[in-house]
Formats: sequence, structure tokens, C-alpha cells
Amino acid sequence: MFRLSSYRDFDWVLLGFVMLLSVISVLEIKSATLHTKFHGFDQKQIGFLAAGLFLMFVISMIDYHRLLDIVPWAYGISILSLLAVKLVGQKVLGARRWINLGGGIHFQPSEWVKLVLIVAVARYFWNLGGRELSWRDIGKAFALVCIPMMLVLMQPDMGTSLTYFPVLLCGLFLGGIRLKQAAILVLIFTVLIGGAWKSGKLLKPYQKARLTAFIDPDEDPKGKGYQIRQSLIAVGSGGIWGKGANKGTQTQGDFLPIPYTDFIFAAFCEEHGFVGALGVLLIYFLILMRLIQNAQTAADLPGAYIIMGIVAVIVFQIAVNIGMVVGLMPVTGIPLPLMSYGGSSILFTFLSLGIVMNIRMRRFVN
Amino acid sequence: MELTPQSELTLGKAEKLPVAKLTAVQYVIAAILVVLAVGLWRLEVVGADNFRALAEANRIRKVPVLAPRGRLFDREGRLLVDNYPSVSCFILREQVKDLEADMALISAGLHMTPDQIRATLKRYESAPKYQPIPLKQDITPDEQAFIEAHRNELPELETLEEQRRLYPRDGFAAHLIGYVGEISEDDLNKEKYAFYQPGDVVGKSGIEATYDALLRGVDGSRDVIVNSHGKEIGHLGQTLAQPGKDLKLTIDLDIQMAAERAMEGKTGAVIAMDPHTGEILALVSRPTFDPNQFAVRLTRSYWNEILNNPDHPLMNKAIQAQLAPGSTFKIIMSYAGLQEGRAQSLHVMCNGGATFYGHFYACDARHGAVDIHRAIPQSCDTFYYTLANDLGIDMIAKYATELGFSQRTGIDLPDEMMGTMPSTQWKLKTFHEKWFAGEVISVGIGQGAVTATPVQLARAIGGIASGGVLHRPHLVFPDEVPPDQLEAVHETFPGSGEKTVPLSTDNWQIITDAMAETTISGTAASSHLEGIDFAGKTGTAQVMSHDALARSGGGHKTVPNAWFVGMAPRRNPDIVVAVLWENGNWGNNSAKLGAQIIDAFVTKQRKRDNNIRIAAAPMPATPAPAQQPSAQVAPAALKPKTAEVTN
Repeated sequence: MFRLSSYRDFDWVLLGFVMLLSVISVLEIKSATLHTKFHGFDQKQIGFLAAGLFLMFVISMIDYHRLLDIVPWAYGISILSLLAVKLVGQKVLGARRWINLGGGIHFQPSEWVKLVLIVAVARYFWNLGGRELSWRDIGKAFALVCIPMMLVLMQPDMGTSLTYFPVLLCGLFLGGIRLKQAAILVLIFTVLIGGAWKSGKLLKPYQKARLTAFIDPDEDPKGKGYQIRQSLIAVGSGGIWGKGANKGTQTQGDFLPIPYTDFIFAAFCEEHGFVGALGVLLIYFLILMRLIQNAQTAADLPGAYIIMGIVAVIVFQIAVNIGMVVGLMPVTGIPLPLMSYGGSSILFTFLSLGIVMNIRMRRFVN
Repeated sequence: MELTPQSELTLGKAEKLPVAKLTAVQYVIAAILVVLAVGLWRLEVVGADNFRALAEANRIRKVPVLAPRGRLFDREGRLLVDNYPSVSCFILREQVKDLEADMALISAGLHMTPDQIRATLKRYESAPKYQPIPLKQDITPDEQAFIEAHRNELPELETLEEQRRLYPRDGFAAHLIGYVGEISEDDLNKEKYAFYQPGDVVGKSGIEATYDALLRGVDGSRDVIVNSHGKEIGHLGQTLAQPGKDLKLTIDLDIQMAAERAMEGKTGAVIAMDPHTGEILALVSRPTFDPNQFAVRLTRSYWNEILNNPDHPLMNKAIQAQLAPGSTFKIIMSYAGLQEGRAQSLHVMCNGGATFYGHFYACDARHGAVDIHRAIPQSCDTFYYTLANDLGIDMIAKYATELGFSQRTGIDLPDEMMGTMPSTQWKLKTFHEKWFAGEVISVGIGQGAVTATPVQLARAIGGIASGGVLHRPHLVFPDEVPPDQLEAVHETFPGSGEKTVPLSTDNWQIITDAMAETTISGTAASSHLEGIDFAGKTGTAQVMSHDALARSGGGHKTVPNAWFVGMAPRRNPDIVVAVLWENGNWGNNSAKLGAQIIDAFVTKQRKRDNNIRIAAAPMPATPAPAQQPSAQVAPAALKPKTAEVTN
């Protein structure tokens, strides 16, 4: 049963760090959209944050075991919704990712599927009861994750589909995959990815081009290398202390592409420098350590699995997004958790945190 | 996947994830964050300077601020050439989304047909996409307002304000002033234009070309902050443009107007010069052209009109027409004969011609007994045939060369021609043939191989008029030009320069008296100016031999060229004029034109002298000429028929 007194165990420290990042995010979105037609997106972001906080408290009231109960159904609905996107989704910039629910609300199923997968994977590995994984177990786990992954990849939305994969890896690692099995899997994957790259069936040419552009952005500075080149200039020109809030020339001059979503960290680095960037990395580190601590103290295995799944997704997003911004990773269109503008990303993160709170609050209760 | 009952889950088996695995995950996360931090360090600390430079290059554009070109004034400070602000419309192709959709709107707003717009775009098809295309120049305020009002719908249209040249109307003084235009690709490769940029406007001819370096000034620039679309969002600083230098020309607007009027409707050239200094007072070449047509975009129809005109409007006949000087050459012959001591004692009996080397050479009339004093005013060919035969070609060439024949005068205008003075050397070099003694006879009357330009004749006559001092003709006062620049101009236009030729006072007296007699009782008698001590010499030059003329069957182009050289006053002259009227038929016709110009000059001088006398009394002198008349006034004031210049 839900009791108000449970909020004694609510992770206020974690929420504090999260809110700190959210404030930084709103300020940077405001700066990055100052001279653009997206002016006012900071206000919308505040709206998303409010909605996220509300949903976080709502979901923290529902026992996470209930989520584990209903997850098979949710999983089924997920697959159906992804198919629906393929059929009736709104085509934006050549990709069908959203379903128009009317009233200006666009629903991106791939985001909530992420959450469903985290719970589904947790349930799957918990069900295995800690036994040594057979190849059959591993195969089932792959099927569980790769079916929605392929559907999202077909939208095409490579960025979001890739975020599903760390959930599987995390599950396999914590679920007890043996070193030998892991080695064989790595080998198989290397061969498969190499083959898929060559055959050209898996990835569209522009996706391939984006993946390779980060290796040498100067090769095609006006074309595919443009984003990454402008991002590097933005970050690098920030220097140690940055150019100051609202003073980033790359950001304000519209040289930096989409500085309020995927490249918000570049905009932040330009205006707040190396010192500011390290600060943000530190906050992320503290949030992640706090999450792992919650996993460690979870009352049961499924709770721990769920939290670690969330950690895997967040770490993956941070690594890929910041890696992209500083030129270590290809441009994949993955938002930076708690920083990038966008309702779907905010709602996913706050719902995830709601579940973490939920697990923590039930540590002593059930 | 089977559903597990909730009760089973909530029992809680107190299972824990292995701490080692969670610790491992923590290490992995820490490692990832460290790698990212190192990546940031690499960019923001190590590479900061480099990226800062790249960011600056991204956002700062140097927008040129064009220096206004120096204006041109006449010798009394009256404005000849001004600038006016002009607005052009450009198309930014990077901003074009669907031009065809906007076509109707653009077409109506800019008063261009869609085909004209498409043709303009097509012409620049191969130019880089970021380069704005000039769509229409000199747009009206209405058209500019249209562009401003439709900024949102038509982001591809942009306006640019620049200073344009405003020349006097109707081609007034066009050949001496010249015109400006966009620098050509050929010019850009020349050393002289090493610091010029494509698209720069440079002087193409006349004074505009000669003194381009002075007139153009130094362009400045504005450092503007632009966004990724190149749109200006702020500015940093600017380097001011240094306007070009205003130049005072030696031209006298009144004399120039008189010369323009005299030459109206004719083909040919006039030069009026101060023989004491070489200052050009007027320079006209006809037919003329409208330099304003070159300053804005030259239309194909105008270009064709100029190109197909058989009288070559772009040619500056005053310095480029190399024609037989006809009887005006007799002054040079007289100078040679007198200096050699032969002409003084030469007496011939003119019976309408004479025979030399088995050929009969005709004279215009039966002059009877002729000496040098009658030979010049009567223009007796027989006398000069005999004198030429006596002197021989090399002696004639020596004296003619002394007076500047077959050399450029060094006038400060581009593309001066040098004319021809034949000699035995010259013929051997040019035709690899020896000189035949008989060929000298027709040279004696300024026919045959001898050719001269009007400016050469003016300088030579000026030399004789001033007692033997020859000056370099020039259109800009030397003290207006910095010494190094003046030197550069002299180097670019080398000529025979300043010099003194030996001319005894007796001989000077003989020639100038005879030239004065020419305007009283001689061949120029009908252009006599009552009360003006005016001297001159006419010339009627066959444009083809008698045989060729007979074969051609006549026509306007076969009519002889009419020449006149003159000076006033005869002693210590202040002005010499050389007039060439192509196919003007009779030297006397040109003499009338020359007389008009001299009349205008003397009338002005007299007025000024009167004014000086008035000024000596405690009355204010004539008001100083306005230094900066407005651009709108200038061309009207310069229009010869409507202008009344007070003095």
C-alpha cells in the first residue's frame, strides 16, 4: 500500500541534482534560442519539466511490482504501437516517429518503449533466477530487445533504437553471462556489423555518412561534416571559462545546428567553458553514483535490475551525445538526458526517476 | 512469457546484485566520464586558440566600404564630374526557395519581365552560389521601397548602395574625362593592378584611367557580425574609407564649351592649349559617347551602336587620329627652311605647279612670284615643292622631329599615337627600300607618308609661337598630383617632353607675321577676327590620291580633311588651337571653327581684364566659383546650350 510517510525514503538528494541540471538546461535553451524562431522554447521546457515532475510523483506511488506484472502486456502494446507508427505515423523530415494524438500532442512511441524494455528485461533476467545463462537464454534476451529495436530502426530512428541496446548488455552482464559467451558474442557482432555495413541494407547512405563524418569532419565541411565541425568550433572556442551566458558566437550566430536539442552541450561549453562542462559532468557522475547506490540497496533483484537498466540508458546517452559534441562519436541524434529540449526525452527521464524513487521508497516497506 | 502472480514477487527473497559487478559498472561510468573530460580538455584548453580563430572567421565578415571617387573640376573650380548615390538590387541565390513562385511579384516590383530575370540568372549560372547576382542597377526609390516591404516574402532580394559616377550630359568632354568600369580579368593580371580585386571599378580611359590611383581613394571596411546565413546581426568596428582626391583640370569650361559647339555634328577633333605651359584648355573629339552608359551597366544596344559607328566614337581623335597634316605642315617646312638659311632667299614663279623628276606637281592657283612671306598666307605648293626638294627628306625629318613629329607628346591620356615622319632611315627600316628623291616633293606639302595627330600639331605650333619652347601637353595641374605619382604618369606616358628648339627671333617673326597675314588676306581670310591679333595656317589634306579618287566615284568619305592651326595673340600667344575636321573639304572651314574658339577665349580674357580693373576699385571682385556644386546641378550647368557661366 502507498503511504505518504514513504516519502521519508524519497531520494531528495538525487532530485536535487536532477533539478540543478534542469535549471541549467532551461537557461541554456533560453540562450540558444534567443535569436531564433524557437524563442520561448525555454518556457515550454519548464512546462515539460513540471509535467515530468508530476508524472514522477504519480509513478512513485504505484508499486513497481505492479509494473513488472503488467509488463508483458505493455511489451505487446509497444510492438503494436511501433507498427502503428509505421502505418499511420506523421512523416517529419523523411522519418515516421510520431503519432499525432490531436490537440498538438505528438506521441513518440519509441521513447516509452524504452521504459517498457527496461522493465521487461529486468523481469526476464530476474525470472532466470540467477542461473548460468544458456545460449537459449541469451537468444531469448536478444529477441526481446532486438524486435522493437529493428522496428524503430526502420522508422528510421537510429539514435533511439541504439539506446535499447545498452539495456540488453546491462541485463546480460548483471544476469550472469560468462566471459567465453561474451567473447563469442563480440566476435559474431563484429562480423555481422561489418557485413551489414558493406551490404548497405541496414543503414541508409546518409546514416553511414553521418557515422563516418566524425572521423574527418574537414573532408566535407559544408556537407555532412558541417554539424560536427561547427560543434567542435563551438566547444573549442569556449576555452577554459567560456564566452559567457548568451554570448556564444557559434550559438547565437546560428552556426551551431540545433543548439537547443542534440547540440545543447556544445552550446553550453561555448558559453561556460571547460569549467562549466566539468561541472555538468560532475553532476552526471553524482546522479549516476546515486542511482547505482539505489540499485545496491534495492529490496529485491527486479528493482535492482530496473535501476541498472535506467543507468545503462542514461550512461549510453551521455556518452554518445557528449562524445558526439566533442568529436569522439558519430552524429546519431541522441538527446542529452536532462539537458536537451524535448518533451519525450524529459518525460522518459522523469518517469525513470519516478521508478527509481518507487524502488527506493519500498525498500523498507514491503 | 508467463505472468507471475504479484504475491510471489512481493515475498522478496532478499536477493542482491553482486557488489563486484556494481563496482565494475561504477568504474566503467567513471572511465567514460574521464574520457569525455579529456575530450573537452583537448578542445577547450589545448585547442582553444585555434577554435577561437575559427569561430571568429565564421562570424565576422569584412564588408567593403567603397571610397567615393575624387571629383573633377575645371581650372576655375567648376564641377565637371561628380558622384551620386545609387542603389542596386541583388539576388542571393542561397536564399532562393522557389523563384518561379516569386517571379510574378519580383517582376511587378522591379519592373522587369520574368524573361529578363531568368536571363540574368542564367548569365551568372557558373558563378559560385554564395556570390550575389546583380539583378538591377540604379533602382528607383519605389523599387527600393518594394524590396524593403517584401523582406519576409522575398528574402532573396538584397539592396546595396554605392557611389556612381555622374558625367556631363551628351558626351561633353567625354574623351578627355574618360569613363570608369568594372576591372577586366586581363587587367587583374597586370602589375599595375596588383592590389585590385575582381569587381573593383577602375578608370578605363581618359583622365579617369591616367589618374585612377589618385581618384579611387582607399576603400574601407566594416567588420560585421553575421549569422550562419550571412545575415548581419551586429557590427564590431570599421576602417573608414579615404575618399579619392578631387582633381583640378587645366580645362577651361568656357573654352571647352566653345570647342564642343564648334564641333557639333562634325567628325574630328579640337585641341586648345596654353603654349607657355602645355596646359590643355579644351579637348574635343567627335563623334562622342555617353560615359554615363559605361558607369552603369552597358546595354548591348548602346554598345552595338558605338561599335558599328564608322566614325569610331570611342577613339580620341585629338591624340589618336594619325592623318596627313596637309598644308599645316608648311609651318614646319618654313621653320626648317629658315633655320637652314634657304627659305629667306628662295623665290619661285608659281604657274599653277612645277615639274620635278619628270612628274608635274600641281598647285591650287597660279601665285606668280612667291617668297616665304607670300608662300605661307597663300599656301603656295610650288614654293614648298621647291623648298622640300632643296632641303631633302632627312633635313626635313630632322626639324620635324625637333618639333615632336613621329613621337608621342607625352600628354597624360592613355593610348596616344605617334604619327609618322618619313626619312631615308625610316623607309629602309619600315619597307627595306631606299628613299627616292622624288618622294620628298609631296612631303613638302604635308602629304605622302607624313602623318600627325592634332595634339602633335598643337604642340609644334605652340613651340614656334612661343619662340622655340615646347611643353608636354597636360590636362591636370602638376601641383595637384604628388611628385611620385606625377613621375609614374610621365613614365607611363613618355614623350618628347619639355625642350627648347633653336628658333631665331627673325625667323620667328617671319613665320608668325605670315601666319597673321593668313587670317587677313590669306587662305583663312574668311575667318578673320576683327580686333584680334590672330594668326594661323590652314590645311586641306587629300584622303586619297587623285587616281584612287577617280576610281572611288566620290562620296562623303573621299572629301579632303580640313585642318587648321592657329594662335592668339600673335605675339606672346596665350592659346594655340589645332582643328581637324575630317572630310571638312577645305582648310578654311576648319579655320572658322578655330576662330570661334579663339574668339571665345579672347572675349573671356577681355572680360577678365575689365574685371581686374573693376576689382582695383574698392569693389568686391567676382564671386569665387562654387567648389562643391550639387550633383544634380552639374550636368545641366555643363550642357553647352543651356549653360551660362558667369565670370
